[in-house]
Amino acid sequence: MGVGAHIAWFDEIGLGDRAQVGGKGGSLGELKRAGIAVPPGYVVKTRAFERLLESLEREAPVRAAVAAVSPGDLAGVTACSRALRRRVEEAELPGEVLEELSIAQERLVRGGTAQPVAVRSSATTEDAAEASFAGLQDTYLWIKDPAEIIRRVRSCWASLYSVESISYRRKLGFPEERVAMAVVVQSMVDARTAGVMFTRSPTTGDRSVVTIEGAWGLGSAVVGGEVTPDRWVLGKITGEIAVREISDKLIEHVPAARGGVEAVAVAEERRRMPCLSDAELQELRTLARRIERHYGCAQDIEWAVDRGSGAILLLQSRPETVWSARDTAPIAKHEEDPLTHLMSIFGTRRCP
Amino acid sequence: MVPGTERAQAAYPYYMQFTAADDQRFWFYNSMHFPEPMSAFDMVTAEAAYCALGSSTTRVHCIPTTLGIDYRIINGRVYIGGNAVTDPREIARRTGEFQQRAFYYYGNWERLYAQWREKMLALIRDAQSLPKLELPEFEPLSNVHSGRGIATNHALLDTYQRTLEGYFRMWHHHFEFLLLGYGAYMTFFAFCKKAFPEISDQTIARMVAGIEAEIFRPDEEVRRLARRAVELGVDDEFREGRTPQAIMAALETRGAAGRGWLDELATSRDPWFNINVGDGFYHYHRSWNDDLSMPFAGLPGYIAAVRAGESLERPIEKLQAERRQLIQDYRELLGSEQERQAYDQMIGLAHRVFPYVEGHKFYCEHWYTNLFFNKIREFGALLAAHGFFAREDDVFQLTHYELKAAIIDLMTAWSNGSPPRGPEHWPQIVAERRAATAEWAKHSTPPALGPVPDVIDDPAIVMLWGITRESLDRWLHASSDVASRELRGFAASSGVVEGPACVVKSVEEIGRVRKGDILVCQITNPTWAPIFQKIAGAVSDIGGSMSHAAIVAREFGLPAVVGTGTATSRIKDGQRIRVDGGRGVVTLLS
Repeated sequence: MGVGAHIAWFDEIGLGDRAQVGGKGGSLGELKRAGIAVPPGYVVKTRAFERLLESLEREAPVRAAVAAVSPGDLAGVTACSRALRRRVEEAELPGEVLEELSIAQERLVRGGTAQPVAVRSSATTEDAAEASFAGLQDTYLWIKDPAEIIRRVRSCWASLYSVESISYRRKLGFPEERVAMAVVVQSMVDARTAGVMFTRSPTTGDRSVVTIEGAWGLGSAVVGGEVTPDRWVLGKITGEIAVREISDKLIEHVPAARGGVEAVAVAEERRRMPCLSDAELQELRTLARRIERHYGCAQDIEWAVDRGSGAILLLQSRPETVWSARDTAPIAKHEEDPLTHLMSIFGTRRCP
Repeated sequence: MVPGTERAQAAYPYYMQFTAADDQRFWFYNSMHFPEPMSAFDMVTAEAAYCALGSSTTRVHCIPTTLGIDYRIINGRVYIGGNAVTDPREIARRTGEFQQRAFYYYGNWERLYAQWREKMLALIRDAQSLPKLELPEFEPLSNVHSGRGIATNHALLDTYQRTLEGYFRMWHHHFEFLLLGYGAYMTFFAFCKKAFPEISDQTIARMVAGIEAEIFRPDEEVRRLARRAVELGVDDEFREGRTPQAIMAALETRGAAGRGWLDELATSRDPWFNINVGDGFYHYHRSWNDDLSMPFAGLPGYIAAVRAGESLERPIEKLQAERRQLIQDYRELLGSEQERQAYDQMIGLAHRVFPYVEGHKFYCEHWYTNLFFNKIREFGALLAAHGFFAREDDVFQLTHYELKAAIIDLMTAWSNGSPPRGPEHWPQIVAERRAATAEWAKHSTPPALGPVPDVIDDPAIVMLWGITRESLDRWLHASSDVASRELRGFAASSGVVEGPACVVKSVEEIGRVRKGDILVCQITNPTWAPIFQKIAGAVSDIGGSMSHAAIVAREFGLPAVVGTGTATSRIKDGQRIRVDGGRGVVTLLS
């Protein structure tokens, strides 16, 4: 197959390649490497963005224009953003990039997945900052037309020049030469059920449970907060299902006929039905443990159940940040005399 | 106090009666050990137990922050109150004592525990060798010729006092290690709850519980008897619904094979069928030996399994490997090497003490208690034969002081050749007390009396009763919740199941339980294990997640909720219910 200069397949990359494929791309590659089922796809590497930028810079400055605005000058930022976004969105892709992209897309379709794709930005910065860099809008779902794919790749790049992104970078004084973005193109899963799971309890920080949230249809309804998902808490090791909260799932996201997704009402009889079976919950738990072991730290994971095959696929995994940042002193430590531990129960702290 | 029962209430000794001064103190109803009104004699189980418990905490091991447990009785219900030490100087002084005493026990645990078992077996032998009670018309000639000089009626007093003394002594043995054992377990438990805030109690219990504990043994004997029945070719006699007596009579006619099986039964009975169907606090919770219907109820199912080629052996090595894996897996999840080292130390301590925590009940609450109540029953039979009572178990309506008086009355009558006074005195008192107990059982019991403290941190109370401020709040509000379709208890064994409830209020009804039923009972304990193979789930009024019931349910993989408080009164026989053993919730469906 050969590694193209501008495109990389998921099975060719890992977390170590984040500088070229971004956080999302690197994480998807890493999941494949760990033997986890991930919908097939490829990454448009940062190099492709660099090539586009080079050609734009030849016409007129891009990075220098951003570096020149002051974060407090909203009118200046807005004007700069409008101009740069239009230039990125309207630019012709360099010929090699276009060629590699169309070959990759053909191969994706030939690989048996005539599925539409999702196009999502994959920033090279840390995940926590990603939202501020790129915004949440640059995930484009259920895209069928190849020309539309190219347009959406450019949209992802253009989001680097949104008003919010520019302001944020200017405030931090982030150097423009280090700004780059990869784009993930991935077969969509026609999800019967989709959602997220946490290998560390979001509410208590407990490392011994897996919290799973899911709803009918595509995961965008859960991630976007448009539906109250069903929620389960499983013992990570025991598999005991300690919490089952089946919610009233009013809507679900489904593919729209002309591309993209739409929210539709859930039929009455399915609304209060659990969207996952116990066997599926256990399969998710097993996956969660494998992924966490592979990464060596707690993970937040997006998953989907394929409508046709019933297979569980993983769409995303990133390190948990909230509780990991809070961990402080150990709750108990080794004692010279193990009996010292008993004094915590027998009610005095005066023991030697 | 329930009106009209004043005289029955006055029968209990003065030191367990409530007085005005007690109003200032906080008391809670010990429904865990004493779920039903206590008859006058059965109160000895509370007296002897609290006497020994307090000795251990207050004066033997000197637990720094607590003395013993005070208790009172009203309407036959036992209320208890902690006796905390709060003065920091006193705590410091007691800490010094505690570390010289309790730490010595922990340090020499295996040796002292081996010694304990010898002491218990000696005590049991003493109880077994107490003489049979008899009053011959004339003193046996041999006693006269040997110049014994003490007449036979004196043996009644002597035997009674030794019976009572042995029972009080047994409770000291019971508490010799118990608080220390629970304390080591609680230390590990509290650590796990801090490290893993959402871990279930039952998972912690699984990491600590023994695989070869005595509590599994009676059920293992029933399985063994099922295998032997098939091997000897007499298994066709064990049909569902047939009484033990009918089966044993039939086996007598089956020649060597039938007698062979009966011999095997005799081997199992001594000592393993010395378990009673309750927790050892009521005279009417008889043992398997006294009523074989419980073990026999399990035989047809086990025999069917043997015929189907199942081994019925508990897979000891597999269970041990699973436990090691569980401990290892949780260890890996800990946040640092420091925590892992502390975890190793604490679980090491818990494993050291747990054989005692699990094992003592068989020797104390079951085997010894059984001998004790049966000896008292013998006095009941003797007194009934002399007209004191209509039935032998009327004896349990007398306090142990009154029983001594009745025995002396009988001894005196035998001496003087006059009729005893008891037959005029006791029957109406017995009738009055039986009526009062029945009345008390109909009245609901407040879970607590007096001012509720903000914090409950007395380690004895937390350890033995699992009572915290939260659980107390739950109890206090439970009574206002009658309209709800849900009952809450301890999550004893996970899994969800729906099915018809079989509400069993006494062991005699055990034959009604059918395959697939959800057993609803007051207490489940290891003695119920043989019917666990038939049922789909279990719900009880009493019990905690560390209780033996919970351990046995987990062993069978049965969803179980224990300690609901009201299951047998709120659930109707045959009603469809759902048991969620992972959450501790029972839902009434029909």
